[in-house]
Amino acid sequence: MSFDKVFLLVPNPVVSGMIWFVILSVFLYMARLPAQRMILALAGALYRGFRIASKSILRAERSFSLRNREVLFAHGRDQKEREIAREFERIDAAVQRELGEVPALSRRVNEEITRAQEDHAKSGEVPPSPPGWIDAVKAVAKIDSRGEPVVGKILEVIHGSLVKAQAAATEEYRKATQARHKHLSAMMPRIRKLDQTLGQVDANVNTLLDKSKLIDRHMGHYESILRQSDAAMRALATSAFTYFAIAALVLTIAIFGAGINFRLIARPMAEMVGGNVIVGGLRVSEVGALVIILLEVFMGVFLMEALRITNLFPVIGSLKDSTRVKLAWACLFLLTMFACIEAGLALMREILVRDEAATNAFLRGGSAAAIAASRESFRWMTTAAQMGLGFFLPFVLAVVAIPLETFMHTGRVVFGTGVAAGMRATAALLRILGSITRALGTMLVHLYDMAAAPWLTVEWLVRRRLPAAAGGPAWKLRKDLDAHFEKEAA
Amino acid sequence: MRKRLATTLAALGFLATASACGDSTTGAQGIYMLLDTSGTYSVELQKAQQVISAILTKLGPGDSFAVARIDTGSFSEKDIVARVTLDDRPSVANRQKRAFLLQVRRFVRELKPAAYTDITGGVLQATEYLDEKRASRKVIVIYSDLKEDLAKGYLRKNLRFKLDGYRVVALNVTKLRTDNFDPRLYMGRLKLWQGRVRQGGGEWKVINNLENLAELMPE
Repeated sequence: MSFDKVFLLVPNPVVSGMIWFVILSVFLYMARLPAQRMILALAGALYRGFRIASKSILRAERSFSLRNREVLFAHGRDQKEREIAREFERIDAAVQRELGEVPALSRRVNEEITRAQEDHAKSGEVPPSPPGWIDAVKAVAKIDSRGEPVVGKILEVIHGSLVKAQAAATEEYRKATQARHKHLSAMMPRIRKLDQTLGQVDANVNTLLDKSKLIDRHMGHYESILRQSDAAMRALATSAFTYFAIAALVLTIAIFGAGINFRLIARPMAEMVGGNVIVGGLRVSEVGALVIILLEVFMGVFLMEALRITNLFPVIGSLKDSTRVKLAWACLFLLTMFACIEAGLALMREILVRDEAATNAFLRGGSAAAIAASRESFRWMTTAAQMGLGFFLPFVLAVVAIPLETFMHTGRVVFGTGVAAGMRATAALLRILGSITRALGTMLVHLYDMAAAPWLTVEWLVRRRLPAAAGGPAWKLRKDLDAHFEKEAA
Repeated sequence: MRKRLATTLAALGFLATASACGDSTTGAQGIYMLLDTSGTYSVELQKAQQVISAILTKLGPGDSFAVARIDTGSFSEKDIVARVTLDDRPSVANRQKRAFLLQVRRFVRELKPAAYTDITGGVLQATEYLDEKRASRKVIVIYSDLKEDLAKGYLRKNLRFKLDGYRVVALNVTKLRTDNFDPRLYMGRLKLWQGRVRQGGGEWKVINNLENLAELMPE
């Protein structure tokens, strides 16, 4: 049965359409109450469902955020404790190194002071005074010697003796003065040394004071973490995001480094383990190369753990110091062995490349020896570069443990924050959906009324003429519905 | 490279279980090349050396390669000129490739043209050889004008090949003088062999331009 046969009640389609409209609007008018109730009930149910879902997600988000906060503080506390412990270790070392010399310095200062005092005392001694008979000689010298040659002679002798005594006294005074100056000169370097020694002590003490200030700052942060203040949380979260980004960047670079390392050793590994067996889509030689690289990374992780640079495995960090040191040496030894193996594999790779080039040249019909010889002049450079890479890349990969630890620790916070944000967004979206559903319900009801508008207008005209109670329960229901719409609109 | 690394890392986890279960395969391929040594075609064999060199260049450790001549009765191991299964170790494999090519060169130098052309026997011998090798990818290269000419007493009519998993490549299918008079003969030969190969379950390919040798062993 075609659509036309059903639709065309009369030959004229316009008239048919009008008849259909009248039929449908009458039907819609008659079914208005249950239909609109159903629409509103459905919209309400959906709205409440969305609201409940949104609230549940928000509740879960709150508990998740709380857990995140705890994790963040726990991580921050742990980090700060380690920092403070390291600062104390540094202070301890500084105290051992710098204040351990204080008794010796004190002794040296005392000795210098004693010597300076002695020098000072010596420099204070006066020269011997001129002889006491000078006044007597002065009196004798005043006697008139004219006409008395004997007296004149005696006076000349006295004068001579006096001049000699004067010269001797002057000489002795000069010597004494010189000796005083010597003592004073000897005091200067001692005073300088004293000054230097005291300056050193002062610098050492200042260094310790600076370190103690650093510890004070760390302690301040630590206390703020313990108080679980919002400022501390913001600071920790910001740090976590920054460190996460940096660690991710470093790890990406390390992955590229591992890729180069892989390319370097995968080919020569075929010489050892064969190259045609495929396991899980990879050649055995490639798997072997991968295993070597991963073992190097593991060795690096264990080395960093044993050196207490990282703390991924607390068991290693809590080992006895002697055991830990032995473990570190063992890891370093194995790492060096791997580095040597890789250098050897890099050399083997170069040999294989040359052999393959010679074979290909031979297959193309050229002289393999000639081609190989033409490239000999610069081959040593690539060989050396490959061997160098092969040796040093394992050590570089070993350090990956540090960014890896940061990535793991901060990743939890970043992931948690991301999930919480996602949950909040979902809750908001559900609320919006709920509101849209409710609005859609109301809109559908109004659209319904638009379709049944002619009969509603007739009804309104009839209602105006009848008293309110005359309509019975149906009228009451309709009034309730109208009240509901007004409430919705408000 | 990134994709390769990701695959590599993903495969590592798989490795433990896969190796424990013995889920290992050899990705080796087997190639069997038939050289038509009939009087009309033997002049083309100089070019065949280039093809063999190109194939050898592409082979890796574990791959098998054999070159056999098509003569009066080719269903025989005696017709295999050179055969090799490359060693796991690349250095040994390179030595094997060089030795293989020397063998082929000697064969071409000392070749005496055959009176008849038993292509069917050659293909049967090829399937027997490659089935023994259990290669994961099997290719039969027929370097011939595809004109079969059997001696009296050699019965090949209505023989069906079993070529499931095989790729059969007809290489350098030259046109005979009679083909010039009636091209339908040439096309008929190609159609006949295509039908026989496909009937046996194999994949058929014709390469007449030797510059397109890459299609011989697509990646």
